[in-house]
Amino acid sequence: MKDIIFSVKDLTFSYGNSFILNNISLDINRGDFMGIVGPNGSGKSTFVKACLGLVKRQSGTVTIFGKDSGRFKQWGLLAYIPQKATSFNQGFPATVEEVVAANLYQHIGLGKRLGSLHRDKVEAALEIVGMTDYKERLIGKLSGGQQQRVFIAKALVSEPEIMFMDEPTVGIDYKSEESFYELMEYLNKEKKMTLVMVTHDTGAISTKVNRIACITDGKLHVHDADSCCSNDICFDAYGDSKMKLAHKH
Amino acid sequence: MLEVLKYSFMQRAFAAGLLVALICPLIGVFIVLRRMSMIGDTLSHASLAGIAAGMLGKFYPLWGALIFSIAAAIGIEKLRKDFSQFAELSISIVLSASIGLAVVLISLAKSFNADLMGYLFGSIIAVTAQDVLMISILGLIIIASITLLYKEFFYIAFDEEGAELAGIPVAKLNIYFTVLTAMTIVVSMRIVGILMVSSLLVIPVASSMQISKSFKNTIVLSVLFALSSVLIGLFTSFYLDLAPGGTIVLVSVAILLLVIAYKRLFRK
Repeated sequence: MKDIIFSVKDLTFSYGNSFILNNISLDINRGDFMGIVGPNGSGKSTFVKACLGLVKRQSGTVTIFGKDSGRFKQWGLLAYIPQKATSFNQGFPATVEEVVAANLYQHIGLGKRLGSLHRDKVEAALEIVGMTDYKERLIGKLSGGQQQRVFIAKALVSEPEIMFMDEPTVGIDYKSEESFYELMEYLNKEKKMTLVMVTHDTGAISTKVNRIACITDGKLHVHDADSCCSNDICFDAYGDSKMKLAHKH
Repeated sequence: MLEVLKYSFMQRAFAAGLLVALICPLIGVFIVLRRMSMIGDTLSHASLAGIAAGMLGKFYPLWGALIFSIAAAIGIEKLRKDFSQFAELSISIVLSASIGLAVVLISLAKSFNADLMGYLFGSIIAVTAQDVLMISILGLIIIASITLLYKEFFYIAFDEEGAELAGIPVAKLNIYFTVLTAMTIVVSMRIVGILMVSSLLVIPVASSMQISKSFKNTIVLSVLFALSSVLIGLFTSFYLDLAPGGTIVLVSVAILLLVIAYKRLFRK
């Protein structure tokens, strides 16, 4: 039986009078690796932000681990890596270790300080992404691919069960992208982490994810990656100037 | 005992000055990293309006300064939401309003006098025991707040959205932080003067960011640079009979230039 850990019902978001997202519903199961695709401006990023409450939705409910998002308190179980994660102020004088430790807030609490147990968690998260040797380096001095790994470690340190990522492979080189997907596979298969990834990287996503959600014209349609020719779906979503999908919804 | 420390007004100046040197960079580092460097100038002008109000209403001017700068701080934070893409615009608006109000209140109080000059340019001779008490109480509140909320303020400065998602009460802490900034201004204005307050918030941090190796290191170096500026500034001003506020600021700029030179020569 499917274990739904994140559920969105009838979500609507608009800027003024123009609807970006119209009555969208989506269930995410434990263990899913879901790709969210769609043309530029289709509202992929907005959808994720609206789900997480980072932008205010006009209507709709979000249920997280069985609780309504308004009453949900364990935000450490969720991680979010925004699109602009690596476009932070590169001159910010913080080390890799300090950046990762920042996200331990849920474990430490308001007004309390970092203990040795927390330092071990930072160490463990950096080890998963292979950045232990860089922990004392300034974040701004690392390459784009390395910074991205640090932001993944920052997300992992709170020991989330579900991780949302917005265009995580933008601005990193091919080699970093390869190792990024290896890491995602490890987190999904070995660590049993649920992953949701907004992307326009249609080539890679079809072979990596198990479910694909397409957002076009304010609507969302979900497909199992192996039950349809997802390459066609995504290629057509971007390739056709009318943004029509070559499959039935 | 050094001659300079024999005078009770100099003892008060050193006590207040060192406390100010400790507090300004603690607040300043978060201000600089949030790209709100102009907030110090704005709040100090709001506190000028408060000083004038105190003179007009015949109450302790630093209370006026504290109330007006806190009100301005909250105003900036509220406006920042209306102009979320242009954070500096909210600062400019409050700055203009504050100067307008200050000028009107000063003219009403007919207080364009030596007292006001003392507040504008700093006057260590005028630091009273009451001032030292107020500076100490506000100073302790600021130090305790930054110590307790260090990791929260760090996260907000680095990534406000991430902090929000992690469950940090960002909106409340932002307002509290601007209130702390307002307090810092009031604490500092007696020493360096309203016109130079923001320099102590910003310049030691700018120097430290040139060479720091971590966020903690940035704070420690900023405090060291600020303490050096105040100590050297107060000594120099005493022996060379210079204006202390201006001397402190010039020393901090000299330290900044030395740090930049050091970086260029040895850290290429």
